[in-house]
Amino acid sequence: MSRFRPPVWFVLLLPAIIILAAVVLIPLILSFYSSFTPYKLTRPDTLYKWIGTFNYEKAIKSTHFWAAFGRTVLLLTIALNLEMLMGLGLALLVNKVTYGQRALRTIMMFPMMFSPVLVGFQFKFIFNDNVGLVNNALQSLGLTDKAIPWLVDGQLAFIAILTAEMWSATSVFAILILAGLFAVPRDPIEAAKVDGCTPWQSFRHITLPYIMPFIYIALAIRSLDVARAYDIVQIMTNGGPARRTELLWTLIGRTGYIDAKMGYANAMGYISIFLAIFFTVYFFRKLNAARSELGMAG
Amino acid sequence: MNENLQHRIRKYLLKALHFVALFIAMAIICVPGLWVVLNSFRPTVEIMAKPPVWIPNELNLDNYRAMFGAVGEGGVPVLQYFTNSLIVSVTSTLIAILVGMAGGYAFARYSFKGKAGIFIGLMLTRAVPGVSLSLPLFIVMAKTGLIDTHLGLILVYVALNVPFTIWLIDGFFRQVPIDLAEAAEIDGCTRWQAFWKVEFPVARAGVASAGIFAFLTSWNEYALASQLTRSTFSKTMPVGLRDFTSEFTINWGGMCALAVLMIIPALILTFIVQKHLIAGLTFGGVKG
Repeated sequence: MSRFRPPVWFVLLLPAIIILAAVVLIPLILSFYSSFTPYKLTRPDTLYKWIGTFNYEKAIKSTHFWAAFGRTVLLLTIALNLEMLMGLGLALLVNKVTYGQRALRTIMMFPMMFSPVLVGFQFKFIFNDNVGLVNNALQSLGLTDKAIPWLVDGQLAFIAILTAEMWSATSVFAILILAGLFAVPRDPIEAAKVDGCTPWQSFRHITLPYIMPFIYIALAIRSLDVARAYDIVQIMTNGGPARRTELLWTLIGRTGYIDAKMGYANAMGYISIFLAIFFTVYFFRKLNAARSELGMAG
Repeated sequence: MNENLQHRIRKYLLKALHFVALFIAMAIICVPGLWVVLNSFRPTVEIMAKPPVWIPNELNLDNYRAMFGAVGEGGVPVLQYFTNSLIVSVTSTLIAILVGMAGGYAFARYSFKGKAGIFIGLMLTRAVPGVSLSLPLFIVMAKTGLIDTHLGLILVYVALNVPFTIWLIDGFFRQVPIDLAEAAEIDGCTRWQAFWKVEFPVARAGVASAGIFAFLTSWNEYALASQLTRSTFSKTMPVGLRDFTSEFTINWGGMCALAVLMIIPALILTFIVQKHLIAGLTFGGVKG
């Protein structure tokens, strides 16, 4: 009897599959199960009580949940779009530089080294209403004499969080788009110049299609870890004051750990996972489409 | 003549505008970081001064002395956190690289059914938000006794990093021509030898950059670590930052000093790897 020999690729992939199954898949299955129970950390026996879709119904009926959900989608949409635009602008600026570009590129990567939790503290400090950098600067310049409550007012806090998020992630876009700009061939641009295209036209119709895949790579990479914004928000406002900056992730964290309602938190967690998966799959598909346009697929 | 002059003025104006825009952009990137570094050398009184002190009166190393002496306010055991961070990050990076190399090689060199599906599946595990994952992980780790240990955190970080290392390393192995390995095999190498003697040295830089990327992810991770670590025996530095906060006050000076300690290794590593990193990300993405 011949021994069963699994294909080599399977053996090579096995460690990755095992570790991901153990650390990601099994806990997710557990959390899927517990989202159908009234599981509370403080009362372990509640894990065995089946209550059907009660937690999901509760989440769908909860206005807090939908407010947090809407705010999360809004923050992600605005942040990703602005980061992309500013990253593109920054990349174009740096690309034009002829002398000292290496140094500028290095400076550009500066925010990437900052842990999101550190970014959170940093901007909590900068936007502090009493001793923060922003208010101090505004007051010293005589633009205002009030202490603007950056992290207390709901809308201002949203802007503050958005600023922090953009500061930490714009450079990812800038670096990748810059790499794309290096790869744009020179000939078509010169040909367009000869033919009398304006700089805007040659950018719009030649440069942009070439760097589109790079933009989608950046979006795909970013969509893999958008939830890192949780760290920033948790430090800066922790969803407060009075839920005015509550995002899905802070709501889940608070429900799970502070209120100890694991079942309910897991139900909401599943909804946030689907949101993340939606963003990721969407950008990976866009990436493939942009690739095939350039004939680089396969 | 006049038209010529106008053209020249416009050119200089554009150049000046470009310079100013670049300067402002770079300032926005640098100032928040430099502000942290500056404050780590200033006494808390001066940081909190009202009206603000823009030009520091005195710079000293008090915050660092307090930090390393573990006698500062609250006595935060920074060195212990630094060691924890180092152990967890280095170990998980090494394992993630080995696992990622095997996986990346499989994706780059073998074709099999459901390849694209498996690839996206692996990527999606990375997309699970940390906080949603941390709830069930917390329960599992509490049951298996892995909570508050280095081993628990290392396992989690390996899983966190493997999808991304596979993506990067896959991209680098694709750059290595397959003929190279085949030639080595014809010359009498086994597949195993061909890999270590021919393909690996070519893709080494890429593997290193994937490693540094994995290291930075582990080094900076907070959402999971904040729930899976409880005591000084396993807390990492991002979690340790919270020790400087109490209910109503924050010890900004001490926190800034710890922040600097966190940034320095990340800074050095990122500088080393920047070139390869970009190449890796774009090759993996565009030609993948």
